[in-house]
Amino acid sequence: MVSFKINGETVQARQGWTVLETARQHGVHIPTLCHHEAVEPSGACRLCVVEVVQGKWSKIVISCMYPVAEGIEILTDSPRVKNVRRWILEMLLAECPGSKEIRALAAEYGVSASRFAAHHPDEQCILCGLCVRVCKEVVGVSAISTIGRGVHKKIGSPYQGPAEACVACGSCVTVCPTGAMRARLDAVRGEPKVKLAHGAK
Amino acid sequence: MSNISAVPQPWAERLNSAADLEALRQRLEAGQDPNRPEIIVCHGTGCLANGSPQAAEALKKAIKDAGLDAKVVPGIKITGCHGFCSRGPLVVVRPQGLFYQRVQPEDAQEIVQTTLIEGKPVDRLLYVDPVSGEHIPHEKDIPFYKHQERIVLRNIGKVDPTDLGDTLVRGGYQALAKALFSMTPEEVVQQVEASGLRGRGGAGFPTGRKWRSALAAVAKKGGPVYVVVNGDEGDPGAFMDRTIMEGDPHAVLEGLILGAYALGAHQGYMYVRAEYPVAIKHLGIAMEQARALGLLGENILGSGFSFDVQVNRGAGAFVCGESTALFTSIEGRAGEPKPKYVRSVEEGLWGRPTVLNNVETWANVPQIVEKGGAWFAGIGVPHSTGTKVFSLVGKVNNVGLVEVPMGIPLQDIVEKLGGGVPGGQPFKAVQTGGPSGGCLPERLLDLPLDFDALTEAGSMMAAWASAACARCSTASARARAASRTSWTCAAWPRPSRTAPCAPWAAAPPTRCSPPCNTSRTSTWPTSRTTSARPGCARTSSPTA
Repeated sequence: MVSFKINGETVQARQGWTVLETARQHGVHIPTLCHHEAVEPSGACRLCVVEVVQGKWSKIVISCMYPVAEGIEILTDSPRVKNVRRWILEMLLAECPGSKEIRALAAEYGVSASRFAAHHPDEQCILCGLCVRVCKEVVGVSAISTIGRGVHKKIGSPYQGPAEACVACGSCVTVCPTGAMRARLDAVRGEPKVKLAHGAK
Repeated sequence: MSNISAVPQPWAERLNSAADLEALRQRLEAGQDPNRPEIIVCHGTGCLANGSPQAAEALKKAIKDAGLDAKVVPGIKITGCHGFCSRGPLVVVRPQGLFYQRVQPEDAQEIVQTTLIEGKPVDRLLYVDPVSGEHIPHEKDIPFYKHQERIVLRNIGKVDPTDLGDTLVRGGYQALAKALFSMTPEEVVQQVEASGLRGRGGAGFPTGRKWRSALAAVAKKGGPVYVVVNGDEGDPGAFMDRTIMEGDPHAVLEGLILGAYALGAHQGYMYVRAEYPVAIKHLGIAMEQARALGLLGENILGSGFSFDVQVNRGAGAFVCGESTALFTSIEGRAGEPKPKYVRSVEEGLWGRPTVLNNVETWANVPQIVEKGGAWFAGIGVPHSTGTKVFSLVGKVNNVGLVEVPMGIPLQDIVEKLGGGVPGGQPFKAVQTGGPSGGCLPERLLDLPLDFDALTEAGSMMAAWASAACARCSTASARARAASRTSWTCAAWPRPSRTAPCAPWAAAPPTRCSPPCNTSRTSTWPTSRTTSARPGCARTSSPTA
C-alpha cells in the first residue's frame, strides 16, 4: 500500500492506482468530463487537474493518469488548481457554447463568459473521445473514431457514412459527458435494416 | 549519383569478421589515388534548389569536351550539404581544396580549363571575405569553416552518401567492429556515460543515463527493447538532422546499431518526416548497402549479434516529433500525443522499454565508441560536452550549417562564423531553440552556448540560431514569424528602408517573373523559394 496526502488528509492507495481513483475512493470530489471507470483514462479534458507538492516544488498534473507515489501531497482545490480549471472551462465554453453541462460546470467556478471567440454557437462536443474509447474498449467494434486533426478534428464513422460495424448499442450516447453524441448517433448507425415498428408484417 | 546497383562488384560480398572489414577498407583505400583531381559538387537540398545538378552535368560535359576523361580521369563526386548554404551551388576541387561558390552551368567550362588544365583558381568564383574584401581560395581558410569543429559533420561534404565504400574508406563502421569484437554492451554504455553526451533534440537529457534507465527497465520487465531515431525535425529554420541524414546516413545507422548492441535491441526504427524525401532515400540506400555487406541484419559481421531497422515515414504532423505521438504513429495509429507520467525508457513503443534519441545524438555515438568517452568529454565545457550543430539563418552574412564546440560564445557564432550582420548594421538579437526557445539580446552576446547557460537565460539549445539586426526587423517580429511558418525566415519580407540588411541582397537574380526585389535564397529548397513566396508578389520596391 502507498500512503500519501490529499488536501492534508492521509490516504491509502494500492500501487498502480491513479490519484483520481484514490480521491474518489476516499470521497474527495474532482470534476471530470472525459473519465469513465469502464475505459482507460486518456487525459483529454484536463479538468481533473490537481497540484502535486513534493518537498519545495509543486506542479499541475492530471489526476486521472498521475500514478500514486509514497509521500506526495495532492491539493485538489488550491488557488492554482482553480485558476487552471477556470482557464480550461473558459476554453471549453468557447469550443462548445451549446452544451448545458459545460455552462453549468463553468458557473460553478464563476465562469460565465469566455474571452475566446466561439465559432459554432450550437456545438456541444468537447472532442474528449470518450465515445470512441467506449466503442473500442467496451463494445469492441470501433465504429467511430476521431477524424481529421487540429481545428478540423471531429467524431465520426469511417468515410463519414453509416458505419457497418455499429451495433446501435448506444454506449457512446450513454457515456457522452455533454450529450453531443445524441445528435450524431443517427448518422453513425444509419437507417436500421430491420424495422421493428409495431404492426409491421 | 550512384545507387545500390552501382555497388562495385568485387567487394559486394558479405563480410564475416572485423578482419574482413579492415581488408575491404584497405583494398578500397588502395584503389583511390589521393592526388587524383576530383570535383565535389554539393547536392544538399539547398544547393539542389539552386541548380547544383545542372552545374554537375555541365562540369561532366566540360570534362568530356576537354578530353580529360582519358588523361587524368577527374571524378565528379556528389556529396551531402557542405553547410555554406547561402553560397550555393558549392563546388570544391580536390586535391587543392579550392572552394567555388554560386557555380552556374556556364562556369563549368572555365573551371575545367583554368583549374583542371592550368591548375589556377578561377578568381571570380572564390569566396570574398566581407570584411577585408580578399579572395579566399581554399575551403579550410574560409572563416565559416575555419572556426568549426566537425565531429558529426566530419564526413558530410566529403563522402558520397549513396556509396558505402566511400564511407568505409573514411573510417565508417570501425566503431561497430570495435564494439562487437572488443567491447561488451556494458562497456559501450559506460563509454557513452563517460562522454557526457546529452540529447541533441533540445532537452539535453544525458544519453548515458537514458540508456542506463532503459537497461534497468529491461531488467525489471524483460525484453524486447527498441531503439528509435527521431528524425522528425520540424522546427522552422532547422535543418541539422536533415543534413546529417542526407549527407552521412551511415553515421546515424552505425550509431543506432551500436545503441542496439549496448541495449540488447534487435529492432530499430527511424522516424523521418515525409518532407525529407532525400533523407528517406539516402537512409534506404544506406540500409540496403549495409545489409548487403552484413553490417546490418542477421549475424552482423559474424559476431552473432542481429539487428534490423526500418524507416518509418511521417505524414506531415509536426507533433509527431514528440515521443508519444511518434510511437503511436509508428504503431500505425493517428499520431496524437498522450499525457504520460511514465518515461518512454520504461514504456514506449508497444509499451516496451524504448530508447528514442535525436539523429544528431545517434550520429555522435560512433565517434564516442571509437575514440572513447574521455576524448568526447574533453571537447566543449563540463556538463555540456562535445559539439553542437546549428542552423544559422536570418540576418547574418553566412547562412548555413555550422558545428561548433559547446560553450562557444554567442558572439563567435554571429561574428566569426556568421560573418556579422549584413551591411554593417548593428546586431540586435539572436533566437535559439526555435519556437520553444527565446531571443537573446545584444547584452548576452558573451553567453556561452551550452545547455545550462541557454536554459538559464530563458532560451533553449537545439534547432537554430537566427540573428536579427537593429534596423531591419525587430526581434519580436522574428519571433512572431518563427511561430508562423517555416519559410518566413528565408523569404523574410524585405523592409523597404533597409536594403543592405537582407543577406540575399548580393545573390544572383531570381527566377521570379516579373523580377522582384527578393532574390532567391538558398536555404529553402521547396517551390516556395521561387515564385510562391509572398515577397515575390511585389513588383516594385523602393529599393528596386
